[in-house]
Amino acid sequence: MSNIQQLNDLATQVRRDILRMVHKVNSGHPGGSLGCTEFFVALYNEIMELKDEFDMDGIGEDLFFLSNGHISPVFYSVLARRGYFPVKELDTFRMIDSRLQGHPTTHEGLPGIRVASGSLGQGMSVAIGAALAKKLNKDNHVIYSLHGDGELQEGQNWEAIMYAAAYKVDNYIATVDYNGQQIDGATDDVLPMGDLRVKFEAFGWDVMEIEEGNNIEAVIAGMKEARTRTGKGKPVCVLLHTVMGNGVDFMMYTHAWHGKAPNDEQLEKALAQNPETLGDY
Amino acid sequence: MKKYTDTGKKDTRSGFGAGMTVLGRTNPNVVALCADLIGSLKIQEFIDENPERFFQVGIAEANMMGMAAGLTIGGKIPFTGTFANFSTGRVYDQIRQSIAYSGKNVKICASHAGLTLGEDGATHQILEDIGLMKMLPGMTVINPCDYNQTKAATIAIAEYEGPVYLRFGRPTVANFTPEDQKFEIGKALLLNEGTDVTIIATGHLVWEALIAAEALEAKGISAEVINIHTIKPLDEEAILKSVAKTGCVVTAEEHNYYGGLGESVARVLVKNQPAPQEFVATNDTFGESGTPAQLMEKYGLNNKAIEKAVEKVLKRK
Repeated sequence: MSNIQQLNDLATQVRRDILRMVHKVNSGHPGGSLGCTEFFVALYNEIMELKDEFDMDGIGEDLFFLSNGHISPVFYSVLARRGYFPVKELDTFRMIDSRLQGHPTTHEGLPGIRVASGSLGQGMSVAIGAALAKKLNKDNHVIYSLHGDGELQEGQNWEAIMYAAAYKVDNYIATVDYNGQQIDGATDDVLPMGDLRVKFEAFGWDVMEIEEGNNIEAVIAGMKEARTRTGKGKPVCVLLHTVMGNGVDFMMYTHAWHGKAPNDEQLEKALAQNPETLGDY
Repeated sequence: MKKYTDTGKKDTRSGFGAGMTVLGRTNPNVVALCADLIGSLKIQEFIDENPERFFQVGIAEANMMGMAAGLTIGGKIPFTGTFANFSTGRVYDQIRQSIAYSGKNVKICASHAGLTLGEDGATHQILEDIGLMKMLPGMTVINPCDYNQTKAATIAIAEYEGPVYLRFGRPTVANFTPEDQKFEIGKALLLNEGTDVTIIATGHLVWEALIAAEALEAKGISAEVINIHTIKPLDEEAILKSVAKTGCVVTAEEHNYYGGLGESVARVLVKNQPAPQEFVATNDTFGESGTPAQLMEKYGLNNKAIEKAVEKVLKRK
């Protein structure tokens, strides 16, 4: 792509997709999906070097792993609108016989997905493995991953964080969706995680923050900078400050919409705040 | 009865290590990961010859399983190495989601399975791993019987596309199968033909079954002995063919009878041709410290236990 207006139009359309997908099946996770919309739009349209056709091994391109698989609506919408599969298929989200399972999976062969996620805390280990495979293959591309902040409460992450620094997995950028919310409330109330920046740095990572994680220009600039920090002996962590539920006023600044779909009235209100841009599926 | 000769006791984990050495020299896509147990898994030679293809992950098995899944993306064939307990129960959800459900070509190689790791005791003696792993859709479960077969199985699973659980052990056991055997996943091996009873054994209990069969022969009982090295997929045809002839079965394994080979065999029989069956397995219990021989005696896993089970099952025919 593309100019900023086009990317913002795409982000608006993705938000509509997310809302309509979860509304139709009265289930799914709109809050985190909306909060990460700009990140996904930027990553798949401005940041990653991608081949035209999907293949599992992904040799010769950048790869992305979604660890917090519950925000599948944003992932599916952005993949479909990037051409990985027909946009119309978004209409099958969470329905019987669909490739768009509640949480992403390779099991039904959906292009764009390279590992199942949903049970939290596993994505970073997988991403590190893929990064090591890139090094063995002398493939000079980068691995990206996304994690919820609450997800970092899972211990496996800290095994992975320790490994990546110790063994200099420096072709890897892990982004944390730093929205401060999880299912039962604010992360500071559920299980305070302290200073994530200091923690990652103490483990030996190069840490940077994107303060405006819902501003597409800021996300692009930040992720471009993150890329320049690869190849320097340290894994890179991006703390992406976002607002859960971003773009729908009554869904913002709360954990209430983590895993709840809007009703008919709420959907109408939410869509009115995000007018159709590229055409609904 | 057919004679088998023990060419000298060896540990099956060393068979795994020897297989890895061969793979290191022949298959550039094979990589190994280990969670701080290089010496126990006998993979030092692989590491010395292929340092760039070895990943020491430390005492962090969950991360190891995830990394193995990731390494397949890009065409690598990862072999993970740790004890059976830490290869299965400790990391079940990582295997379930990142490997099995994701259909990743990871080889989970598990040493120190069962009671016979010995003195370390019950915390390390997993007797539930076959059950855990065979329940995962798409998982192949292999439990070879001796050093030579473990080496052959290690080499064979690299050629097979899909997740595999390869189980072996710590103690030295009889080494009696051919040195350069071809290992066919899912293919039972008929070791001795008999007419009165079928003994279906897996792992090092195959050797115990052969000793039992010899003792039974002296008593005029003709035992057929089948080596089931692959518990999933199970060679149902071989089992049914044998039991059609003998009319009764004894299964033998170093595992809890809940979830083990015996239950897999029972399912096949019940569905097709019900027959009396006795189980040589642990009786829903944890293990304890002791020497391998003492433990096999106390928990009823040796040739004498198999002999007794045969006598019992014959009465039920």
